[in-house]
Amino acid sequence: MATVEFKGKTFEVDEDGFLQRFEDWNPDWVEYVKESEGIKDLNDEHNKVIEFLQDYYKKNGIAPMVRILSKVTGYKLKHIYELFPSGPGKGACKMAGLPKPTGCV
Amino acid sequence: MSKMAPPEEVMKVDYSTPAESWMDVKPEFKLGNYSYPGKPDVLKYLGLPNPREWNPVEEDWKLPPDWREIVRDGFRELLKKYRSLKVFMDVCVRCGACADKCHFYIGSGDPKNMPVLRAELLRSIYRGEFTVAAKILGKLSGSRKLEEDVIKEWFMYFYQCTQCRRCSLYCPYGIDTAEITFLARDLMNRIGVNINWILEPVANCNRTGNHLGIQPHAFKDMMDFLVDDIETITGRRVEPTFHRKGAEILFITPSGDIFAEPGIYTFMGYLLLFDYLDLDVTWSTYASEGGNFGSFTNDKWMKKLNAKMYHEAKRLGVKYIIGGECGHMWRVLNQFMDTMNGPADFLEVPKSPITGTVFNNAKSTKMIHLVEFTADLIKNGKLKLDKSRNAGITATWHDSCNTSRGMGFFDEPRYVLENVVEKFVDMPAQTIREQTFCCGGGAGLNNGEFTEMRLRGGLPRGNALRYVQEKFGVNTMSCICAIDRATLPGLADYWAPGVKVTGLHELVGNALVFEGEEERTMNLRQEDLPGVEGSEEDE
Repeated sequence: MATVEFKGKTFEVDEDGFLQRFEDWNPDWVEYVKESEGIKDLNDEHNKVIEFLQDYYKKNGIAPMVRILSKVTGYKLKHIYELFPSGPGKGACKMAGLPKPTGCV
Repeated sequence: MSKMAPPEEVMKVDYSTPAESWMDVKPEFKLGNYSYPGKPDVLKYLGLPNPREWNPVEEDWKLPPDWREIVRDGFRELLKKYRSLKVFMDVCVRCGACADKCHFYIGSGDPKNMPVLRAELLRSIYRGEFTVAAKILGKLSGSRKLEEDVIKEWFMYFYQCTQCRRCSLYCPYGIDTAEITFLARDLMNRIGVNINWILEPVANCNRTGNHLGIQPHAFKDMMDFLVDDIETITGRRVEPTFHRKGAEILFITPSGDIFAEPGIYTFMGYLLLFDYLDLDVTWSTYASEGGNFGSFTNDKWMKKLNAKMYHEAKRLGVKYIIGGECGHMWRVLNQFMDTMNGPADFLEVPKSPITGTVFNNAKSTKMIHLVEFTADLIKNGKLKLDKSRNAGITATWHDSCNTSRGMGFFDEPRYVLENVVEKFVDMPAQTIREQTFCCGGGAGLNNGEFTEMRLRGGLPRGNALRYVQEKFGVNTMSCICAIDRATLPGLADYWAPGVKVTGLHELVGNALVFEGEEERTMNLRQEDLPGVEGSEEDE
């Protein structure tokens, strides 16, 4: 199991650097991921996306489909890519501590 | 994934014969040519042996101490259970007819992706362990000893096979490489050598009803969202039902259709069609998966996951089942379901309530594919379709391996497609219908880490697509498989940039003309229709 040390905290991650357990998420994780994601400064829009992803995940046990994310936040997909250069799945979900979806996706 | 070389580079494949004997070449695991191992928690949940952390690039795979005995005993058991396996092990004369037919061989030039040699990886052990010839002739008989490197080789190459069966089409003996791959994976699962992209969906499906792990309330939530979108686009409020006892038809589709783009547009197409027909159909969250990643694991899990379909049909008291646009689902349904979980004597032979057509081809399984149902509707003049709603599309058809080569759907989907788009053109003859080339992602290989190898395997499909794109201006490739819809957009972006991928019923949904309908200004993707004023939504 790969681990990441950041600001004195240890995070267990999978092969692609996603958190193994959503429960391990804390704000330091976002700080850690943002650099590798090429994000300079986090703003309210980033936080809005992350908060919605986490709320949805807690309620449903899965990430929302991209259209739902877009509709609820009011951000078009293009803007989500501006906020998270690797996209909603690889970038935003990773920062929010959500696991990767599997199956015919 | 490492940075993928551009197509011009990747097309320069070296097909020369290596100097060394194949038995002396060890597999080299690099990011991009293998899939990540099954996670220990997932294996534990499924009750599969040897859950542990391990990494294919490391020397020690942490196999159980008695792994040789387990594999030998397992092989013996499978030979006894499946006569086909014994036949396939014995009859190959190495004629080589299959050698250049595999998309992974064409895209990689690796001889072990020649189907004959892929099977030989297993056959050499079969000879060594179970035949008299090996005892007398030793290595001359083509046999070898069961060493850890053999297992590593199996893992590499039986997870570089998408079970598309293109090779089998050319085999004079009809050796089914997909079945060999099924059973090789079964053997590997007995010692804990497997991939997470298959096992996690199996675990999800067992627990929640579908591969993605969508729980019932979330499934309903997503359905509601798409119903709202349909209302925005068409002005119609469709009213799908769940678990409605006494409904005539149970409908089951892959869960990717309700979650991921572009599948969701096909899902909306289903809902519109059912509404148009006022079809007495119900959905289920318990049986909310058409696909069957269990079939990529072993027969036990294939059977268990598949059983949900008949269980739910029986519980609800429906007459028959219609299945959505899925690929490998139909391998399981068409070939195994009847004897594995049937007979479904509580169901009736499917009969279209709209046209009266009886689908005698599904007399035993009592389950038909939506594409044959829709083709029959069009043939009988029951759908009013406006092709101009798909104006601007020049479409081609990707024959999904399992529905085309596996069960013969060549004409039905083309018939539907030609009735909903203005321009349709086929890719070259040797790349379609029963000779179709795989998307590269079948049999559980549509994961992110395998992208490089998948795109290499996508060479022949991509090349054919590029050809019709350049020659005829094809800009859309349609298909009836959820793995296709997940992987073909990436394949097209790489090999034929500018071609988009759609499911068939997305295009049907666009073209359907309802009585007294509001004028449509956008398609199911909420893009403006040609000739409609307004800014295009840039999604």
